[in-house]
Amino acid sequence: METIHPPKLYWKNGAALMALLALTWTLGYVNLGLFNLPIALCISFAKTILIILFFMHIKGSSRLLHLAAVTGLLWLFIMLLLTLSDYASRGWFSSPKY
Amino acid sequence: MSEVVASPILAQQFDDIEQQRETAKLGMWVFLATEVLFFGGLFLSYTVYRYLNPEGFAAASRHTEVILGGANTAVLLFSSTLMALAVRAAKLGRRRHLVRLLFATALFGIGFMVIKAVEYYKDIADHLVPGANFQWSEANRGAAEIFWWLYWAMTGLHAIHVTIGVGIMLVLAFLARRGHFDNGNYMAVDIAGLYWHFVDIVWVFLFPLLYLAGHR
Repeated sequence: METIHPPKLYWKNGAALMALLALTWTLGYVNLGLFNLPIALCISFAKTILIILFFMHIKGSSRLLHLAAVTGLLWLFIMLLLTLSDYASRGWFSSPKY
Repeated sequence: MSEVVASPILAQQFDDIEQQRETAKLGMWVFLATEVLFFGGLFLSYTVYRYLNPEGFAAASRHTEVILGGANTAVLLFSSTLMALAVRAAKLGRRRHLVRLLFATALFGIGFMVIKAVEYYKDIADHLVPGANFQWSEANRGAAEIFWWLYWAMTGLHAIHVTIGVGIMLVLAFLARRGHFDNGNYMAVDIAGLYWHFVDIVWVFLFPLLYLAGHR
């Protein structure tokens, strides 16, 4: 039988997500050059991990569900990795830009 | 409606109720994996074109309605909090809480769509729809048009998902009112929650990529 968490867990998670949103917003107005994008993505990943662990109850769930959750992301990365390396290896990334 | 407490409905093909619940969750996670790849194709396009046209994308991104976009992010994050509480209420058999939380989640989803509509209205008025009426007075017109195509495609696809989610929440709310999820039959609420959180996660990535690509 799954554990039922107190409401406080969900409110705290929501608050943490809002705090990360405030961080995203603030950094959108700060020029960190090349670092803006990776930092923004890291914050988005942090929000995603919080949502998946606590709202979607992956924390405390079976290994099977852990696997299912990871699989989608893994296949996305495969698609990104293979396509971008395809572009890079054909020299398309140095082609004329718009 | 009778208020007799009965045991949850166990379908014939499952050994026990835990296996049935696990199966429902697994099924939804597998579906969400397909959805990740569905949106993933657009994220992939975004990645390639942004890498090829960093200045064009940055400039185009500055024309998005960042305050409305940011507000919408907060709306969805809050709605996910409400949805998680709704799932909890369903597990505890607290019908009134469940109904209110489901309606509240749907309401925030509708709020998202209203803000989106205002945003879209402004974007159209600014002639940011790729095609014959696209107007761009700065440099990198081609890249800006590609960015804006991706903007409409990605936020549009996401908005369709939000609309479907709102519909699902409303149906669940009406079923909950009739006691459909009492007595441990909470799985539909649980997996609808998974779908809603996924829609939230997609937006969590869309916001910085579309609205904050060019620092303001």
